[in-house]
Amino acid sequence: MDLNFTDEQKAFRADVRAFLDEKLPKRLSDKVRLGQRLEKADYEEWHAILNARGWLAGNWPKKFGGAEWNAVQRHIFEEETTAAHAPRIVPFGLAMLGPVLQKFGSDEQNAYWLPRLLDGTDWWCQGYSEPGAGSDLASVKTTAERDGDHYVVNGQKTWTTLGQYANMIFCLVRTSKEGKRQEGISFLLINMETPGITVRPIVLIDGEPEVNEVFFDDVRVPVGNLVGKENDGWTYAKYLLTHERTNIAGVGFANAGLANLKRIAKLEESQGRPLIEDPLFAAKIAEVEIALMAMATTNLRVVSAAAAGQAPGAESSMLKVKGTVIRQEINALTKQAVGPYAMPFVSEALEAGSNVGPVGPDYAMSATSQYLNNRKLSIYGGSNEVQRTIIAKAILEL
Amino acid sequence: MNFDLTDERQMLQDGLRRYLRDTVTPDALRAAEAGDTGFSPEIWSGLSEMGVAGALFTEDQGGFGGAGFDLMVVFEELGRAGAVEPFTELLLAGGLIAELGDDAQKALIEQAIEGSVQLAFAHGEPTSRYDLERVETRAEAGADGWSLSGRKAVVVNGAQADHIVISARTSGDARDTAGISLFVLPKGSAGVEVRDYPLAGGGRAAELVLDNVALPKSALLGAEGEAFAAIETAHARASAALCADALGAMETVRALTGDYLKTRKQFGQPIGKFQALQHRMADLLIELEQARSAVINLCGRLDGPRDTREIHVSATKHLVGKVARLVAEESIQMHGGIGMTEEYSLGHFARRLSMLDHRFGDSTFHLGRFIRLQAA
Repeated sequence: MDLNFTDEQKAFRADVRAFLDEKLPKRLSDKVRLGQRLEKADYEEWHAILNARGWLAGNWPKKFGGAEWNAVQRHIFEEETTAAHAPRIVPFGLAMLGPVLQKFGSDEQNAYWLPRLLDGTDWWCQGYSEPGAGSDLASVKTTAERDGDHYVVNGQKTWTTLGQYANMIFCLVRTSKEGKRQEGISFLLINMETPGITVRPIVLIDGEPEVNEVFFDDVRVPVGNLVGKENDGWTYAKYLLTHERTNIAGVGFANAGLANLKRIAKLEESQGRPLIEDPLFAAKIAEVEIALMAMATTNLRVVSAAAAGQAPGAESSMLKVKGTVIRQEINALTKQAVGPYAMPFVSEALEAGSNVGPVGPDYAMSATSQYLNNRKLSIYGGSNEVQRTIIAKAILEL
Repeated sequence: MNFDLTDERQMLQDGLRRYLRDTVTPDALRAAEAGDTGFSPEIWSGLSEMGVAGALFTEDQGGFGGAGFDLMVVFEELGRAGAVEPFTELLLAGGLIAELGDDAQKALIEQAIEGSVQLAFAHGEPTSRYDLERVETRAEAGADGWSLSGRKAVVVNGAQADHIVISARTSGDARDTAGISLFVLPKGSAGVEVRDYPLAGGGRAAELVLDNVALPKSALLGAEGEAFAAIETAHARASAALCADALGAMETVRALTGDYLKTRKQFGQPIGKFQALQHRMADLLIELEQARSAVINLCGRLDGPRDTREIHVSATKHLVGKVARLVAEESIQMHGGIGMTEEYSLGHFARRLSMLDHRFGDSTFHLGRFIRLQAA
């Protein structure tokens, strides 16, 4: 047992830090630090900077243009980028679809789609959930019927994050109603510009249209866009979800959030002293910090096992539950720390470059919207209830 | 001991519930949000005609209620409907005028009860958080009257109010309870800069910057330098109102969530059949009843001795703040994605509940204050 990183890992961390010092535009890190909204062009700019260094697809094999980092390196990269307030890497294409194509796609599909993912030609979104298929994903009803060289797709997907920016969507569709529900699902790549597709934004409680509904009305998709075998999509979907849960603990985000919370608690004053010296509030910060210290090590234990070749199983469910609860608590304490200035709800102030400034201190302006928005953490990617059921069945065998 | 409503209060509750159910619709809330008042002038007038404003004041003050349980009935119903009309501001500012005002100033109460005048109370400042005694805005006495300079923060209804009751220090240091005075500031006074903006829980507020604002001698409300006790009393009453509002909102949220658990099907059955969710709903109900009792505790002591009253202010604000967070977060979680959407009615109530802790002290602040008051 040794809690220190190896010299090689330390050198890697130094490389990442030097790169961020040099290449991360301050305009972008300021936006992230203040919780202002990132535009499509912001993400594209950051992706291009990472791609030029060969670091956009840390998890991909080198033969596909990735960095082929192991789990510990990916963890260090995430820690450093979140601490530096870098934009997140949009995960749908790079972290989710890429590994599925590499494992189950044809050589032609990989040769065509992967370079376009790296150079930003395509922006992918995820077509999994439906109005009647949330936690119970296997009940997807969107159908794809074979008609010559095409599938004809009808149905509806929902909670499609950043679908408004996407030109491509990967979808779970039903190609057979025979047998078990899981057996008739296929994994299909669909161009969003195909006639018959309608995208409708869904405004969330923070006032932002971050997710969308996507409607399919007789949408014709070439059969060459089927990934793997027809009716085997459930296997690929589950494989993708294990990748979705990589870094699900969000230790980097939690560390950055905690540092921000402490900074605010030092600046706010209550009863003639800094808020951080109020023993009751300090105790709340301490409790979440202690939980985070332990969870970070749980995360490293899973990460180290993964680096040694063991696929994370139900352990990722534990990380998801604990990680999201800790991040949500940090969000709640940050909202609490800013006091009455959590009340103003000035959407324009969250647009960088807008002529509407924040009401009160700049650190207060996004506290409420981030608190509200991050209620999603315990809902998406398999709700925390679903994760607990996985833990109960897979680990506890109940 | 009797926990039943009097016949009069029962009638008020029934009438209010019916009226609000029919008028505070999602469309009305969206229109209020889009408008420049942040609330519906029609609903404000309708409620005033029903006597809602009058229920907040005693007969001596020109109303027909004014007791703690009158406030509870009114604000629980406003909260149940998700109404955003600024009755808390009427209670705060109107209460101060009714308690301290001279005859000319008290004429405002009559107009406010009729619904023809909007009021606000400007007390908090950019760095005062929840410390009621922390007033740095200053009022200097001159030959012709007063000159006010300073800043006021998150003044709810501030840009809409025809008259703002405003606190300013006439003597002492920033954290003294002595030396705080109140003034009545008419809308549009020269030297007042107003920045008006929307609030996360509905309604609007304003930041005020006062630069040598000249007020006549008659603008002073009550005795010079002796306003703190009245400010504390007004906050006690407004805290009871906010907690009752949250209680009503929690009732609505619980009903929405219970209905959703009965109708939403996953894995072949309504999700309410899953014991994991049943137990969490049961916990919500238990906590909600705790919150109801805490509100009753406070409303029953609003007219009692100061120390007992303030212990209950902090006890209730602490407990209801905690329960409101639990109810808002758990109801979103049990709904899943739909609970995150603006379009679904839960969002408005969840946002309102998430704002309870940011006015008049959060649950941690009041836990500390409760400990200090008990030790005193």
